[in-house]
Amino acid sequence: MSKPKSWRDIPPATIAWGATAREVETGLWRSMRPVLDRKKCVSCLKCWLQCPDASILTDEDGKVTAVNLFFCKGCGICAEVCPVKAISMHPESDFANDTEKHGENPGNVGEYIGS
Amino acid sequence: MCPGCGAPTALRQAFMGIDAPVVVVGATGCLEVSTTVYPYSAWRTPFMHVAFENAGAAVSGVEAAYKAMKNKGNFKENIKFVAFGGDGGTYDIGLQSLSGALERGHDFTYICYNNQGYMNTGAQRSSATPQNASATTSPAGSVLPGKLQRAKNLTEIVAAHNIPYVAQTSLHNPMDLIMKVKRAVETPGPAFVNILVPCPLFWRIDQGDQVKLCKLAVDSKFWPVYEVENGVYSLSYTPKSEVPVEEFLKAQGRYAHLFKKGKERPDIVEHAQKEIDAEWEKLKGKCEK
Repeated sequence: MSKPKSWRDIPPATIAWGATAREVETGLWRSMRPVLDRKKCVSCLKCWLQCPDASILTDEDGKVTAVNLFFCKGCGICAEVCPVKAISMHPESDFANDTEKHGENPGNVGEYIGS
Repeated sequence: MCPGCGAPTALRQAFMGIDAPVVVVGATGCLEVSTTVYPYSAWRTPFMHVAFENAGAAVSGVEAAYKAMKNKGNFKENIKFVAFGGDGGTYDIGLQSLSGALERGHDFTYICYNNQGYMNTGAQRSSATPQNASATTSPAGSVLPGKLQRAKNLTEIVAAHNIPYVAQTSLHNPMDLIMKVKRAVETPGPAFVNILVPCPLFWRIDQGDQVKLCKLAVDSKFWPVYEVENGVYSLSYTPKSEVPVEEFLKAQGRYAHLFKKGKERPDIVEHAQKEIDAEWEKLKGKCEK
């Protein structure tokens, strides 16, 4: 079954596609932005374990690379649990003139569940 | 989910302990409404949303259907069943269906993320809300110091069903949480895991403080971390340096009325400490047997 084109195609009372919440940009709620200092980071992954929004990005070797600002709501748990203080929280207004794009929509990777 | 909510953290950690394909049943609650906002779903597993009161009944039905299909040979894969509920859907409204499912001995794991109140509807008190906490339906005022009744000890109630595995854990120690969920899922028969999850809105704490608060709750013996395997109790963690419960209470806005300048209530804090110590001794006695 393909992706629905309009609401008429959606089966009643069910959500047919898994993981579609990836399309929702919860990063818009953020008022404080976490900034990662890669020089200080020891990749202990404590932030990765405690991040409620699964926004800590890692590479294949399990090294912390960045924070996905598409989903990050700026709660600051990562900065709180970091043992080497590699993550600091800054007000979003500091980045008002920042045109660089941070984080991206990973798109709909959901798979149709059921038949 | 609100920024700083502990529920998605607990959920992520719990799923790190589950390897097999899994079917999830979710009782109504914060977790359900925010992860399955129509037409979106955050779940990559089959997910069934049921009402507050019947997550236990629904998961037993799904499990029974799976067993029947497997016996007929329609199904070869091994599938696990997990039900999620908040404390409202577990301690209060869903207790009868959970109790029934536990008694019938279905092979499933029930995970309760316990934020100690009805958060989805605006911080009302539940039977998991601790004594003296100020909730919107048990507000602290000039006459009453918040909720008058003591919280229900659901982990003990579930353990009294004599099921194979019951555990209580908190999200500040991911290894403990992951291993407990792993054991619960791998145990044949019903299993129950009760996870303490702070709610920044109700507990009135900073968004980033959930890990600190959980650690305080465990170190002050307010939330003992233990497991019951086939009736045998064992403590998973004994605080090396015990913290007075006052510190845990002081860190939260829902107990602010106990520490208001000029209106301090040291009697209540002392009473809470006494009760916690008594409960701890009781638990320790069970573990030594």
